[in-house]
Amino acid sequence: MIKNISNLGDAAVYCDFGIEVNKSINSNVIKYFNSIKEKKFKGINNLTPSYNKLIISYDLKLTNFNEVKNFVESINVTDSITSVSKKIEIPVCCNETFSMDIKRLEEKLNLSREKILENFLNKEYFCYMTGFIAGMPFLGDLDENMRAERLETPRVKVPKGSVALTEQFANIYTFESPGGWNIIGNTPLDVFDSSKEDKPNLINPGDIVFFKEITLDQYKNFNEQ
Amino acid sequence: MSSNYFDIIRSGINTTFQDKGRNNLYHIGIPFSGAMDNRNYLLANRLVNNNLDLAVIEFAYQGPHLRYFGEKINFVITGDVIFFIKKKDTEIEGNCYESYQIENGDEINIVSTNKSVYGYMALGGELDIKFQWNSCSINTKANIGSNDGKKLDEGQRINLKKINSNKDIKKINYINTKIENIRVMKGTNFDYFSEKGKQIFYEKEFIVSKLSDRMGMRLEGPKIENIVNTNIKSEGLIKGVIQVPADGNPIIMLSDHGTVGGYPKIGAVASVDYDRLVQIAPGSKIKFKEINLSDAETLFKLYQMETQNLLSQI
Repeated sequence: MIKNISNLGDAAVYCDFGIEVNKSINSNVIKYFNSIKEKKFKGINNLTPSYNKLIISYDLKLTNFNEVKNFVESINVTDSITSVSKKIEIPVCCNETFSMDIKRLEEKLNLSREKILENFLNKEYFCYMTGFIAGMPFLGDLDENMRAERLETPRVKVPKGSVALTEQFANIYTFESPGGWNIIGNTPLDVFDSSKEDKPNLINPGDIVFFKEITLDQYKNFNEQ
Repeated sequence: MSSNYFDIIRSGINTTFQDKGRNNLYHIGIPFSGAMDNRNYLLANRLVNNNLDLAVIEFAYQGPHLRYFGEKINFVITGDVIFFIKKKDTEIEGNCYESYQIENGDEINIVSTNKSVYGYMALGGELDIKFQWNSCSINTKANIGSNDGKKLDEGQRINLKKINSNKDIKKINYINTKIENIRVMKGTNFDYFSEKGKQIFYEKEFIVSKLSDRMGMRLEGPKIENIVNTNIKSEGLIKGVIQVPADGNPIIMLSDHGTVGGYPKIGAVASVDYDRLVQIAPGSKIKFKEINLSDAETLFKLYQMETQNLLSQI
């Protein structure tokens, strides 16, 4: 399942599962992630699963590349180790106050605003990974006709809660951050909550996410209910 | 209410609490953080008789000006730092790597780091600050850690939970060596770059940009040309990875880096050079020099032994 194992610097093992992005490759990545996490190998201090790669970081004081590589090669990944997948509804307000890049998308995709939102909202998304900033989910896949490049010049500040698109993916900015994705709406829901140390992320790899449109009034009242 | 505390008269440019950092959270998007220069962090704690994993005050360029209230306590500053200690009518210039005892009303004024970036102040005792995911380290980008994840501000108070009973004054002779040549291993996208680009990477000088911070060190210099693709599908990053975005200017990931990134990786800095890399100030030159994995591992072992040696001398 792992096509190639190499070193990334002297403190990480780089596991390459291929270049394609699809659920089958990604679920292999997640299986390895779960197996390795469970086995608690001495010195491994971080695991970063992504679409088709798994990076295993280790403390060079405690282990080294060959030990970790041998360990990874010795793992027998079975189908029994799968993460529990949840289905999560995300309220999103696509009022023009929030949908900053909808005009750009209308031009780039040659679709009307209504059509873009209809396509976006009538779909379930698979969470491939979380990261970049804490808790940010990378969701896929958008239909072929919904795929746009990122902004030529990224924004210095993307507002917290922004729901945005790029290529075949959608994401949610869990807090204010720089970013270059096309923003189509905003969610009032806290997708990352650092006060919950055991479960700060609302969305985790393998989860299914769908968006439900809410009005500006519902958005404003959301956190007062 | 703590009876031993510091008032912050001036906070400095980027003053935070840092410790060893937090593990096993990359998969949810949270980086290690922790003290940027690990050796100086460890030395600071040892010089005031602390456990080596306690939180210290990290500052960049200009440090804080503090006034102390409470019973006698030791403190030390590590790095290459200019600072003054003011007691009643006298003011003396302090030496790094030498602990001092202060008492009620004394002031510590950390004026600046000298041709370097980070300095550390450890107090002989324990700070009264919050842990999040087993670490007090402040990540100002994600607002994680103690002090609500924000850098320290003027007018704030730093409370102590405990003061060490061992108040022996300690000292070590140590000089921070500066480096210009950074040892690197080939990155996983090394072949994305043109022959000329690879040559530039290893042979030309780069200048550290002012836009560098705890997240990353941005470099300016001759552009490194990419001949395959200037974007890859986002994947995990680690400290020390060198990414090259479309503009051809390399960025080195530092302790608060984004956990995934989509720019091709041309190289990764050897762990042995990390503490000294982060101390290279904006405007300075750096050059990359290739080494292989086994040399990098050996050099790190030697560096670790040297650190242990220094600690055992204190």
